[in-house]
Amino acid sequence: MDKELLLGAEAVGLAAIDAGISGVYAYPGTPSTEITEYIQHSPIAREKNIRSNWTANEKTAYEAALGMSYAGKRALVCMKHVGLNVAADAFMNSAITGCNGGMVILVADDPSMHSSQNEQDTRMYGKFAYLPVLEPSNQQEIYNLVRFGFNMSEQTELPVLVRITTRLSHSRAIVVRNNEKTQNILNPAQKKSDWILLPANARKNYAQLLSKQDILLELSESSSVNSIVDTSGDIGVIACGIAYNYAMEIKQMKSKEFGVLKISQYPLPLKKIKSFIDSYSTILVAEEGYPIYEELLPAYFPGTTFKGRLTGDLPRMGELNPQIIAHALAVDLGEKNTASEIVIPRPPSLCKGCGHRDLFTELNSILKDYTQQHVFSDIGCYTLGALPPFDTISTCVDMGASVTMAKGAADAGLHPAIAVIGDSTFTHSGMTGLLDAVNDKNHITIIISDNSTTAMTGGQDSAGTGKIAEICKGIGVDENHIKTLIPHKKHFEHNCAIIKEEIEYKGVSVIISQRECVQTAVRKKKQQKK
Amino acid sequence: MNKNCIIAGVGGQGILTIAAIIDIAAIKHNLFVKQAEVHGMSQRGGAVESHIRISDSEIFSDLIPSGQADCIIATEPLEALRYVPFLKKNGMIISAQKPFINCDNYPEEEKLFSELKNYSSIIVDAEKLALQNGSIKATNTVILGAAAPFLDIPETLFAEAISHFFAAKGKQIVSMNISAFNDGLAYSKKN
Repeated sequence: MDKELLLGAEAVGLAAIDAGISGVYAYPGTPSTEITEYIQHSPIAREKNIRSNWTANEKTAYEAALGMSYAGKRALVCMKHVGLNVAADAFMNSAITGCNGGMVILVADDPSMHSSQNEQDTRMYGKFAYLPVLEPSNQQEIYNLVRFGFNMSEQTELPVLVRITTRLSHSRAIVVRNNEKTQNILNPAQKKSDWILLPANARKNYAQLLSKQDILLELSESSSVNSIVDTSGDIGVIACGIAYNYAMEIKQMKSKEFGVLKISQYPLPLKKIKSFIDSYSTILVAEEGYPIYEELLPAYFPGTTFKGRLTGDLPRMGELNPQIIAHALAVDLGEKNTASEIVIPRPPSLCKGCGHRDLFTELNSILKDYTQQHVFSDIGCYTLGALPPFDTISTCVDMGASVTMAKGAADAGLHPAIAVIGDSTFTHSGMTGLLDAVNDKNHITIIISDNSTTAMTGGQDSAGTGKIAEICKGIGVDENHIKTLIPHKKHFEHNCAIIKEEIEYKGVSVIISQRECVQTAVRKKKQQKK
Repeated sequence: MNKNCIIAGVGGQGILTIAAIIDIAAIKHNLFVKQAEVHGMSQRGGAVESHIRISDSEIFSDLIPSGQADCIIATEPLEALRYVPFLKKNGMIISAQKPFINCDNYPEEEKLFSELKNYSSIIVDAEKLALQNGSIKATNTVILGAAAPFLDIPETLFAEAISHFFAAKGKQIVSMNISAFNDGLAYSKKN
C-alpha cells in the first residue's frame, strides 16, 4: 500500500479514516490540532462524507462522538491533554456506559509544556476510568494502534484511549497504510440500561466494567506492542511509549548491553513484566510523563530495585530525550560543545499588526489611573499580553477562567474587575460564566478580543464568529453595555473613553474588541489570489 | 549512512520549507527519514528548530541526541549558535548572514560571527543571492543549496525535490528556486 511521510498527528487522522470512522470531533489544541485538520483536508474523508467541523469545546466533542458510537458508527474524538479535563465528566461516565460503534479518544499530551499550562499525564486518566490505554512509540505504530483501538473498542464495548505526546505528534516519519474498512451501518444501541446511568443501572454497569479488567489485562499480556525486545546486560529498561525510541537509540549508537521491555498498551502486563525483571536486580522505568508505574511496580515486585523519576535517575519533570536515558544508564555520549554565552532566549511575541496589541496598549493607558490594576486573562495568543512590552495581564489559568475569576474577584470587592478573553475561548467556556455574572449583577467588564478565529493553534474556525454580540445579549447582558470597538491606533482615544466608561458602569458590560487576525487575513488574501 | 541535521530559525522564517525539501530528497534516495518540528506557541516570532534524521537503516529517536548533529542549517546567525551543543565536534554550521532582530538585547553581530568562526561554518548572504534570482522568497532555497554538500544526498535529487515541492506554484517559481539552490551550492563549494 501507499507510503507517506506523515506527522504523528496526521498518522492518527489517516488511521481513523482508514478505520472507517463516520466522524471526528475536536476543539483545536496543540499538539492535537493537526489530526482533525488532516481529516478536514483529506479528499478521501470528503468523499466518504466524514463529519469533521470543529466543535465548541472538548466536552461537546466527546459527547457527540459518544452519540455517534451509540448510533453504531465509529467515531474519533481528539484533544490536547488539558482538553480531557473539560471532557472529563463525559469521559468518566462513558466508561460506565461503554460504547456501541468503535470509539477512540486520542489525547495528545505536552510534557515539558511547550504550549500548555501543565504536563498532566493522560495515562492517569485511563487508570482513573478503568479504560484501556494505547501508547504508540512511533508514527507507524500510531497508525497501527489507532486502527487496532477501533477494533478493540468494538470487541470490548469500551472507548479506547490512545495517548501520544508533542514529540510524536509533531514529528514526521514514513507511514505505510493498510486496507480501508467501510463505515459501519446505522445500528443504534438497544439496551437502555447500558445508557441510562440511574444509580441502579450505573452500579450494574460499573460492576461490568470492573469484570472486564481481566480481559483488558489479558489483551495487554498477549499484545505484540508489549514485548521483551532485549534481555542482555545487567540492567533492564521498562520503556513506555516514546521512551522506547530513546532507549533503542542509545543501544544502537553505543552498542550497549541492557534489557528492554517495550510497553505500548495498558493495563500493565504484569506477567510479562515479571518474566522480564526476573533476569535483573535493577530496572529503569522510563515513562514519558508522570512516574505512574514506577510508583506502583515496587508493590507488585518487592524484590526488585526500580529507578526512574522518583529516585532522581531521571528528571522529575519534563520530556525525556536520548541524553537523559543515556545518563540514567551510565552511557557516555562523549564531549559536546558548550552553549554559547551570548545566546539569549527569543520568546514568542504578538504579531505585528495584531489587534491584541492595540487592546493591551489601551488597557495599560486606562489602568494607569487606577490603584488596582488587575486583568484576568485566558488561553490564547493574547496570553502573550503577559510579556513585555505589555505586562498587562494578571492571570491565565484555564479556558474561560478569565470571566469567572473576574466575577469572583468582583464579588470580593475588586474594582476594576476586567476579563480579557478571545472569541473562541469565550464560546468554548466563557459563556456560562457570563451568565453567572449577569445573574449576580456583577460590576465587571468582559473584553472579548475577537479576531474571528482560533489563532494560537493556527487559525481554525471559531464557533462564535459573527454571533458574539447576539450571544451576550441572549445571555442577558444589557445591550446598551455591549460595545464593539476596532482596536487600532487611529481609534485609541475613542476606545479608551468607551472602555473607561464601561469600567465605571455598575453592572456587567461586554466590550467586543474586534479585528481580524493578521495571519488569517494574509492567508485569505493568498487564497483569493489563487 | 546516517545524517543528523538541525534546522534553526525564527517562527515565520520558513524553516519547515527547508525541512520538507530535504525530506523529499531523502525519500527519493530511498532513505529512512524522521523529522521533528515545532508547532504552537513558538511559531509567533520565537526560536524554532527542526531535527531531521536521515539514514539507510531504521531510525529510533525523533530527536537528535546532543553532540550528534552533523550540521546546523540556520536562517539567521543567532539561531545557528543556539544549537551548538547539538553539533558534533567536527560538525558543520551553514547559516544565512542576515540577523533577524525582533528582540531588544540581540547580541552584537561582531561577537556573533566571531563565535561562529570557532566552528566549521559557511555563512552565506542568502538574501542577496535570492534577490539576484528574482525574489527574496528564494532565500531558504539558497541556504539549502549551501547545506546540500553536507547531506550525502545527490544534488540532482534536490532539484527534483524542489520541483516537487513548488510544483503547484508554477514553472517559473520552480526554476527560480532551482537556480537559487544552485547559487547556494556554488557558494558553499567555493568556501
